[in-house]
Amino acid sequence: MVIANAESTTTLTLAFAWEVLNTVLDPEVPVLSICDLGMVRDVQMQGARGLDVVLTPTYSGCPATEMIASQVTNALATAGFNPINLKTSHAPAWSSDWISDEGCDKLRKYGIAPPGPALHGQDIVLRYMPLGRQALSTLECPRCGSTHTERLSAFGSTACKALWRCLACQEPFEHFKPF
Amino acid sequence: MKVFEPMQASISISAEPQQRYVLRLADTCLILAQRLGEWCGHAPALEEDIAMTNIALDLIGQSRLLYTLAGKMNKPNEYSEDQLAFLRDEHDYLNFTLVELPNGIRKGLTNNFAFSILRVFVMASFLKPLWQRLQNSNNADLAAVAGKALKESRYHQQHAGDWVVRLGDGTDESKQRMQDALNQLWPYTTEMLSNDAVDDAAHDAGLGPRFGDVKTECLADVNAVLNAATLQTPKATAFVSTGKTGRHSEHMGLLLTDMQYLQRSFPGGVW
Repeated sequence: MVIANAESTTTLTLAFAWEVLNTVLDPEVPVLSICDLGMVRDVQMQGARGLDVVLTPTYSGCPATEMIASQVTNALATAGFNPINLKTSHAPAWSSDWISDEGCDKLRKYGIAPPGPALHGQDIVLRYMPLGRQALSTLECPRCGSTHTERLSAFGSTACKALWRCLACQEPFEHFKPF
Repeated sequence: MKVFEPMQASISISAEPQQRYVLRLADTCLILAQRLGEWCGHAPALEEDIAMTNIALDLIGQSRLLYTLAGKMNKPNEYSEDQLAFLRDEHDYLNFTLVELPNGIRKGLTNNFAFSILRVFVMASFLKPLWQRLQNSNNADLAAVAGKALKESRYHQQHAGDWVVRLGDGTDESKQRMQDALNQLWPYTTEMLSNDAVDDAAHDAGLGPRFGDVKTECLADVNAVLNAATLQTPKATAFVSTGKTGRHSEHMGLLLTDMQYLQRSFPGGVW
């Protein structure tokens, strides 16, 4: 066990806690930190070394949720915080609108089209029609920037993504669903 | 003397109506997810394989949160989500009969995509207005689950509804298969859109709406899609299934044998 020395105790600030949290990456999209994703809702110091952290999971069934929680605890413990009180908050529900602008840039560079603004409640109009007759997309290909794109699959490799392809550069790409 | 592991024995649930209300919802999500999981590796296209299992994943996530809530409501002993999911006997599961039916039976095959995707659509059309109202539950945990699940049910409804239209308004063959699926499924919708004492207790306590209270909204969405799909809504019948009271079809025992096998054989096993 590593005993925190006097110097490291002085670094145990709220800002340092956020720095540490920003190093915890989403295991499914390993360029995004949980801070980029907007999963960290609140961080409070409790005394000199204690920390309260509130996380909001993305999807109800996201299998990464438990892994992320243990990574958070490990990272903060390694940095010297003790005790760490990790809470999960389900309300308000996570929205892809909480992904930071920096997070969206990282997604694009990684080859995933970032989500547009999520629609809420009454703004959502359900239209049922065969795929071939769906309105033309305006989603930009993260590789070549063309909007000449189409959705291949409403669901993708993880709960948060759909599969698309670019008809200009012919490359398939993933889209982080606005949610 | 032999000491049994706590996970080994079957558990029974209390008769408390508010707990039963939450379990009806939790079991409906879990058992539908179990059926959808059977498509893994067997769906007609890779995209639909991924879709079925992704929808199942959302439903399992929802059921886990609901089981945690229902477990806290149990008297005198609280139960964990795993105990509730895996250690009850058939009569203590309170899901609608509709979700335990096999993935459609057609010409001796038990994997009928039309029936399965139609069931996803009908269930999402029921759950969506229910989650909508449950956001106002006086139980903060339930309201929080609902806020998240509402968004997920919309996505499920959109995807499955597209398929109902595509197949219903498709070729003669696809239309006939979707109509057959609708005829098989329709009698089982009566159960979920009618009320009993459990609904009344939940309503009176401010826990949530009577399930039958979302009937108008549910049927509005369903009928819009059936019309677009050029399908005929079957006539109402006197048949009412009884899964939500614990009296299930003959398919439930087989489903549970599959679902509980690992936990019963390796008591207390965890990931």
